[in-house]
Amino acid sequence: MNEQRYQNPYMAGVLLGLLLLVTIYITGRGLGASGAIKSVTVAGVSAVAPQHAQSAQFYSEYLKEHADGGPLKNWLVFEVVGVLIGAFLSGLVAGRLKLVTERGPRVTSRTRLVAAFLGGILWGIGSQLGRGCTSGAALSGMAVMSTGGILTMLAIFAGAYAFAYFFRKLWTGGVHDGTSGA
Amino acid sequence: MGPLVPDLISENLNYILALFIGIAFGAILESAGFSSSRRLVGLFYGYDFTVLRVFFTASIVAMVGVMTLERLGLLDMNLVYVNPTFVWSAIVGGLLMGLGFVLGGYCPGTSFCAAAIGKLDALALIGGALVGVLLFAEGYPLLEALHKAKHVGSPRITETLGVAPSLFAVAMLLFALVAFGVASLVERKVNRTPAPTRLWTPAGATVLAGAVVLALSAFSYRDRKADLLNLAGDERVVRSYPVAVMRLDEFAFRLMDTEDNRIQVVDFRPEADVARERLPKSVAFTVDNLFEQEPSRLLRTRGKINVFVAEDELKARRMAVIASELGVPRVMVLEGGWQGLRKQVLEFTPSRPPRNLEEEFTYRFRQRAQQVIPALIRQNKASAPVKKEKKRVLGGC
Repeated sequence: MNEQRYQNPYMAGVLLGLLLLVTIYITGRGLGASGAIKSVTVAGVSAVAPQHAQSAQFYSEYLKEHADGGPLKNWLVFEVVGVLIGAFLSGLVAGRLKLVTERGPRVTSRTRLVAAFLGGILWGIGSQLGRGCTSGAALSGMAVMSTGGILTMLAIFAGAYAFAYFFRKLWTGGVHDGTSGA
Repeated sequence: MGPLVPDLISENLNYILALFIGIAFGAILESAGFSSSRRLVGLFYGYDFTVLRVFFTASIVAMVGVMTLERLGLLDMNLVYVNPTFVWSAIVGGLLMGLGFVLGGYCPGTSFCAAAIGKLDALALIGGALVGVLLFAEGYPLLEALHKAKHVGSPRITETLGVAPSLFAVAMLLFALVAFGVASLVERKVNRTPAPTRLWTPAGATVLAGAVVLALSAFSYRDRKADLLNLAGDERVVRSYPVAVMRLDEFAFRLMDTEDNRIQVVDFRPEADVARERLPKSVAFTVDNLFEQEPSRLLRTRGKINVFVAEDELKARRMAVIASELGVPRVMVLEGGWQGLRKQVLEFTPSRPPRNLEEEFTYRFRQRAQQVIPALIRQNKASAPVKKEKKRVLGGC
């Protein structure tokens, strides 16, 4: 299969902006992602250690908010299931479905996976502190001109640029093909 | 008037919509190349600025759209989720996420897209994020102080900076255009690619044309509050503005009727006066309250008739004009205002004996109201102010 080229970024931006606008108009809330991770974590903990989930504040507050239908009955969980389907379909149409570990030319797959896992941990903690990630806080926050959302966005970009130098080995060097290393 | 949830679209249908919105979200991100970590982090190393272009274009389109809908009265921002501001938590959380970005290569939303097309590193990141939330949850007693420090409510950036929304949007647009230009230069330098032979692609030209139109149209947006105050200041306009009037006797009757819970008296008299004599079924209001989120939500309570009362009818009418323009439903003003109520009801003394049966009844009714309403006012003083909350849409991550 031949991989198709990606969409024009500005066009994608306009489409994404319109989708976000429609979402806010219909549902009164923006797009998100990390909230679904929180739902899954709380659901997991309350399945494995129900007593702990009832006693620890973080879980019990969440469970109380989701008393009707359980922790997984959350708008963002449904939205993220949609994201998985939508991305899969887009990848299918464009011929991009492939099991692969995408990495920079100077690192092994193992290093890349460990770094991704550690990065994930930081996202998990950071998104709870920031009350949202790039979608829920930065993008949706910008749309409604929320001071908190814009502050979080600035901090994300500042953090990324500040730390980028230290992790350059993960990403740069060798031949840039802009897509994936096998 | 938006948002359509929960009045026009039920909670359950909202979940189905979430699925479809998600499908569109995922497809757009994937087709823009957000399913590739090397493309995403290119932003931080200067070799690929796709993220910058998509992210800024999207946020400006949505921001201007929200601003326009709000301005046209089609979207009630009092009901839309505005991310709360916890200063320190946002900064520390953001920095951690930034570190997570250059280390992990994705953000949560894009990791779902990448995982969906088979990227194993994205799966590892999702696994890490689950563990991260778990660590946060278990460490919550330690982190709670930071998590809740310096909460300043849910201000919007225009309130924080004290600038008009249109000015902020235009500033963002100019910033984005400059950033896009610089990004292309940096990209070319880092990747050592030659300058493109064709500078204007049709898509680029369309976007730029849109941006210019937007920038120009922004100047037609004026400050809504100043506009409305201006409008309400014009006596001729206010007098000819169609506002329903509630007759004094009907008003007095409904105040006394304990079964009638449809009316809500919105009292615009000075605070001291309200504190001295508070009508039953009333809320104290100021003109500023009309523009504020929490108080104005009270006026949108379903089914309530808002009867505006001020010292005189004209002032109540001014307030009613502002409220109607802001989309407050079921606004009425009290005939004659508080002065009328005082003269005709509370201190009612017939100037002449009744001439017909109708006047006779009116006199009798007012004499009864004279007894009952002051008693209700005295009773009311003891009770706490009316407070009613309408649930706002909950959002965020």
